[in-house]
Amino acid sequence: MKNLLKINIAFIFVIAAFTSCNNAKSSNGKSGALASNVAEKVYVAPGEHDEFYAFLSGGYSGNLTVYGLPSGRMFKEIPVFSQFPTSGYGYSEETKPMLNTSHGFIPWGDSHHPDISQTNGEIDGRFIFINENNTPRIAKIDLRTFETTEIIEVPNSAGNHSSSFVTENTEYVVAGTRFSIPIPQRDMPIKDYKGNFQGALSFISVAPETGNMDIKFQILMPGFNYDLSHPGRGKSHGWFFFTTYNTEEASTLLEVNASQNDKDFIAAINWKKIEAYVNNGGGTMMPANYAHNVYDEETHTATSTMKKEVRVVNPSEVPGAVYFLPTPKSPHGCDVDPSGEYIVGNGKLSANLTVHSFTKMLDAIENKKFAGEAYGIPILNFEDVLAGSVEQPGLGPLHTEFDGKGNAYTTFFISSEVVKWKLGTWEVLDRQPTFYSVGHLTIPGGNSSKPQGKYMFAMNKITKDRYLPTGPELEHSAQLYDISGDKMELLLDFPTHGEPHYAAAMRADLIKERSQKIYNLEDNKHPYAAKTDADTKVVRKGNEVHIYMTTIRSHFSPDNIEGVKVGDKVYFHITNLEQDFDVPHGFAMIGQNSSELLVMPGQTKTSVWEPKQVGVWPFYCTDFCSALHQEMQGYVRVSAVDSDTPLKWSLGEDIE
Amino acid sequence: MKRTLKLMTVLFVTLLLSCGGKEEKKKEAISFGKKEAPVKVEVPKETQVPASKRVDLTNKGIGPITSITLDAVIDQKMATHGADVYKKMCTACHRADKKFIGPAPTGILERRTPEWVMNMILNPDEMVKKDPLAKALLMEFNGSPMANQNLSEEDARAVLEYFRTLK
Repeated sequence: MKNLLKINIAFIFVIAAFTSCNNAKSSNGKSGALASNVAEKVYVAPGEHDEFYAFLSGGYSGNLTVYGLPSGRMFKEIPVFSQFPTSGYGYSEETKPMLNTSHGFIPWGDSHHPDISQTNGEIDGRFIFINENNTPRIAKIDLRTFETTEIIEVPNSAGNHSSSFVTENTEYVVAGTRFSIPIPQRDMPIKDYKGNFQGALSFISVAPETGNMDIKFQILMPGFNYDLSHPGRGKSHGWFFFTTYNTEEASTLLEVNASQNDKDFIAAINWKKIEAYVNNGGGTMMPANYAHNVYDEETHTATSTMKKEVRVVNPSEVPGAVYFLPTPKSPHGCDVDPSGEYIVGNGKLSANLTVHSFTKMLDAIENKKFAGEAYGIPILNFEDVLAGSVEQPGLGPLHTEFDGKGNAYTTFFISSEVVKWKLGTWEVLDRQPTFYSVGHLTIPGGNSSKPQGKYMFAMNKITKDRYLPTGPELEHSAQLYDISGDKMELLLDFPTHGEPHYAAAMRADLIKERSQKIYNLEDNKHPYAAKTDADTKVVRKGNEVHIYMTTIRSHFSPDNIEGVKVGDKVYFHITNLEQDFDVPHGFAMIGQNSSELLVMPGQTKTSVWEPKQVGVWPFYCTDFCSALHQEMQGYVRVSAVDSDTPLKWSLGEDIE
Repeated sequence: MKRTLKLMTVLFVTLLLSCGGKEEKKKEAISFGKKEAPVKVEVPKETQVPASKRVDLTNKGIGPITSITLDAVIDQKMATHGADVYKKMCTACHRADKKFIGPAPTGILERRTPEWVMNMILNPDEMVKKDPLAKALLMEFNGSPMANQNLSEEDARAVLEYFRTLK
C-alpha cells in the first residue's frame, strides 16, 4: 500500500516534469524570458565556431590562453615563458633555448599584456606579442601556428610592465620598465636611489615581413615607475604615452611613500623624432648582455644568442622628444582612443578620470607653456593639456577601452564595476557591476583605430562564490557583456587560467583562414629528422646515443633498440611522419627526467633520457592516435656499462 | 527512499519505452544473438578469401577520382617520381613485396581499379568507413588505419604509375 502511494507520487512528479517543460516557452516570467534571450546570445551550437578569438594572458602561469567569444570556451594554452609538459615546450632539446636568459635557463615567467600586430592602425592577426614582467622579456607568437617563435630579453629593465604594445604599423613593440634600477647595474646603497636610478623605455623594432625583433633603442628616463603605456594613433601616430607613479622616487614602503605627490606624470614620447636621431647615428652603444631566442619553423629548433650591446638615448640628447603631462594620482592604465586625440590617465587613487588632449598638448609644446622641468624634461601645465574629466565615475579607475562609437569603458577596481562614458562630453552613460574587483577589460580590436565593438569582457581579480568552490585557490573569473546597445548587458561568466592581466581579441576570420594544419614533412630541415622509414637509425657517439625515430599510426620505427648502456645519454629524435590534420603522436620513456613530447604532423622533437638501471625499458605514445594506440609502444634494452651488447635496432623483424 | 528511487527509475524507463523504444529493443536482441549468421549466409565465399586477395575490377571506390585511363606504356619518368613519393610517404607502413603494417602494392592493379587505388590514397578516411573492400581491409589489418598523407592528385597518380612497375 505504501509502495503504491509512492508510485503514484512518482508518477505525478513525472507528469509534472513533462508538463512544465511544455509550458516553458509560454512562460510570462520576466527573468525566465530574459535569461533564455541571454543564453541564446552566448550559445554556439555544437560544431559551430565562435565569432571572436580572445587571447588572455596567463599572469603567473607565464602563458597565453586562447578562448572563443561569445561562448567563453577555452581552446588552447600557448606555452610562452613557462615550461609546459603537455607539449614538451621548455623540456625538449629544441625548445629549451627559448627560455634562456642572461640569468641562465628560467623555467617560469609572469606574462601580462598581449597585443596583436597591426597594419594601418587595424588589427591584422599575424602575430601576438606578450611581455614577461619578472625577468624582462618580450615574446612573439605566430598566429598561423599558435606557437611562440621568438623571445627577446630586455636589458636595463626590471618589472617589464608597461609592455608589450605595438605601434599602428607594428613598427615597434614597446617595453617599459616598472622598476627603475641603476643603469648600468652596480653595487650601491639602496637609499641613494633618488637621482641615481633610471627607467628604460625600450623600442623593439619588428621586421615587416618576418616579424623579427631587435632592440632599436632604449630611452633612459628618470627613476620613476613606468606603469602602462599605449601608442598614439591616427593624428598622434609617432608618439607613445606612458603612465608613471612613484615620481617621489621612493625605494621603500611605496604604498605610502609613492602616493605623496598630488600628480604624477604621463610621459609623452615622440619616438619618430628619436628614431630619426638614432638613424643618423645618435645615441650610445652601451655594453649589455641579453638573450635573443628564435624558433626556426623549418628546423623545428630554437637557438639562443647572447647580445652584447644596446643603443641608449638620454632624453636631453633629443630636445623636443619627451614631455611630462601632469596626471592625478598614481595613474595606472594609459589608454588612447581610436582617433588618437584622447589620452586617458586612469589615476588609481584619484576621484576623477583625467583625459588629456593630444591637440592641446601639441599646442602647449608649440607655445612653450611649461610649468617646469624634471631632470631636464619639460613639464606641461595640467590645465593646458586637459581635455576633460569624468567626474567621480567610481572608485579606483584602472583601464579604459573604446567601442569605436565614441564611448569609453573604464574598470573600477574598488567599486567593482565597469562604467561607460562618452568621449567629449565626459558624461557617464551606464554602469554595470563586475564579480568581483575588476582589473583589465577588453573590447575586440582594443588597441587599434578600429575597435570591433559588440562585446566587452572584464577580467576580475577576485572570484569567491562565482563557481563551485575548489578549495582556497580559485581560478580568476571573467565576465562577458554585450555592448551593442545603449546599456551594457551581462551575458556570461567564464573561468580563466592563471591571472589574466590583459587580453587581446579580434574577429576570428583573419586568423582562422591562415591557421596552419600540419608542418610539411618536405620542409622539415631538422638535423636529426628521419623523414622516411629508411632514415631511421641509431648512432653512437661516445656515450651519446642518437635515435632517429619515426611515428605513424600506430608504431614507432624502430621500436626495439639494444646496445644502450647505463650512463649513456640517449637522444630520442622523434619525427612524426603523419601529414594529416590533428594527428599528433606523443612519446614518453619510463624514468625520463623531463617531460613527454607531443609531436605535430611533420615535426621533429627531441627528448633526452639517461638510463640509470640495467633492464629492458618500455616507451609509448601518449596521445591517443588510432584504434591501435595502445599497441604503439617499444623497448630499449639497457646493458651494464662494461657490456658488449651490440647496437641494434629494428621494427617488425618477426612479421612474416 | 532507495526503493522509491528504484521505482521511479522503472517508471521513467517504462515511459521512455512507450515512446517507440520497444521496436529498437527487438532489433537489438536479434542482432546480438545472430550477428555472425547473416554475414556468413550472405557472402560465404568472400569471407574465406581475405580482402587483400579479393579481385574487384569494377569498384572505383569513393573519392575525387572517378575515371582514369592508363596508357599502354608505363611513363617511366612519372613512375620514378612515384617511387620517390612512395618512399617518403608510404614506407612507414608498406613494403613493396610483402605484407607489413598494411598490404603490399605489388600486383595491386590485377585486383583493383586504378581509381580505387588513388581514392584509397587520397581519401582513406571516407574509404574505410564506406567502401566495402576498404572496410574489410581495415579489419584484415587489425584496425590499423590507412593514414591520409595529404598527397596531391599528381603525386598519387605518380605512385599509381610506380605500382604498375611492381611485378
